[in-house]
Amino acid sequence: MAAHCLDVRGLLCPMPVIRTQARVNQLAPGEELEILVTDPGALRDIPAWCRVHGHEVIATEEGRDETTIWVRVGGAAP
Amino acid sequence: MKEKPRAAALISGGLDSMLAVRVIQEQGVEVEGINFFTGFCVEGHTHAIRQRDQKRPKRNNALWVAEMLGVPLHMIEVVDEYKEVLTNPKHGYGSNLNPCLDCKGFMVRKALEWMRENNFDFLITGEVVGQRPKSQKRQDMPIIQRESGAEDLLLRPLSAKLLPETYPERAGWVDRERLYDFNGRSRKPQMALARAFGFEEWAQPAGGCCFLTDAAYSAKLSDLWRSRGARQYDMDDIMLLKVGRHLRPRPHFKLVIAREEGETRFLEGYRKRFTHLRTVSHGGPLTLVDGETDEDDLLLAARLAARFSSGRAADRVRVSVTDVDGVTREMDVPPLPTSAVSADWYVGA
Repeated sequence: MAAHCLDVRGLLCPMPVIRTQARVNQLAPGEELEILVTDPGALRDIPAWCRVHGHEVIATEEGRDETTIWVRVGGAAP
Repeated sequence: MKEKPRAAALISGGLDSMLAVRVIQEQGVEVEGINFFTGFCVEGHTHAIRQRDQKRPKRNNALWVAEMLGVPLHMIEVVDEYKEVLTNPKHGYGSNLNPCLDCKGFMVRKALEWMRENNFDFLITGEVVGQRPKSQKRQDMPIIQRESGAEDLLLRPLSAKLLPETYPERAGWVDRERLYDFNGRSRKPQMALARAFGFEEWAQPAGGCCFLTDAAYSAKLSDLWRSRGARQYDMDDIMLLKVGRHLRPRPHFKLVIAREEGETRFLEGYRKRFTHLRTVSHGGPLTLVDGETDEDDLLLAARLAARFSSGRAADRVRVSVTDVDGVTREMDVPPLPTSAVSADWYVGA
């Protein structure tokens, strides 16, 4: 369980990415964020956003209706 | 001055902005991307909603391009600010409700704000002179520079040789000789340059990336504004216009009828805000009623819902009607015959 959680269930891409970006920008390098999503597109977009900003997706868990993505904030501020 | 100049680039996910960034990267400039979400971007949404699109790649092209280029991409939501651009465009609309010139000026102005807040030196876009009739004519280029406030901090690498010298060129950050003179609607030069850079894949040319360039979508948005007597909308309106059949059988109400299972699932999320109908005796889509209705209107709505159910050929179909307070009742209705469904009722069809 990450110390920080972002619930973007019900939002369609790119809003889950935009909300993730806003939240990650408030966190320090090394901190972890748990993101709850329902749009399957987020499973592709959030990791892509993380890659271009140097953050790390440490785990994903796909349920029937929703997915959880855990992100570790990288060293460089986005 | 710092050692390496930094440019902020508008990245749409299309070929032109991808090339513009690579051209500038090749000159040793550090580039980061910006992508604005107005609510009308085609990316993502429809793929997520419609069942038949589920198997398509759900890639966000702007992010994909950023990854190909190795640049960070900053995604910025501008839904509320964009309303003024769309509802009151100084330069008017294109063939549909696309306010392309105002839109470009707005985005460059927002990018300029971002550039200054984040200590970047200049802006780049993938604009090509003469490529788009509404926003990329040669005479539009200085309008965008002037109205955005970017002036000569805005560099269009793909057409720079056809345009006056910009500050990044004069400052020696960028060599004008290594910029391009692309002009017109042919995309062959861009494709050749893409191959020269080693790109083997790119998204379809931009322009098709905005719902406002779509005639059917624009017709639905016009209908919404007409019915409200004002050019007003919110994010939910934008979304609902992307989904379902829209029928307006009377001026004071319309129906949003899901066309398939994915749309029904999507509309389920909105049903509590609307009176909604389901066919009970036969399989059928969820129907939302938008507007004020009396008993006769609801009877017509129920007959239309029955018309789009699997019971369309039955004598009678049982339809449940749930109001916004959650109170449900049922009606037995004859499906409306096809001949009684006026073509004028279809909005944006």
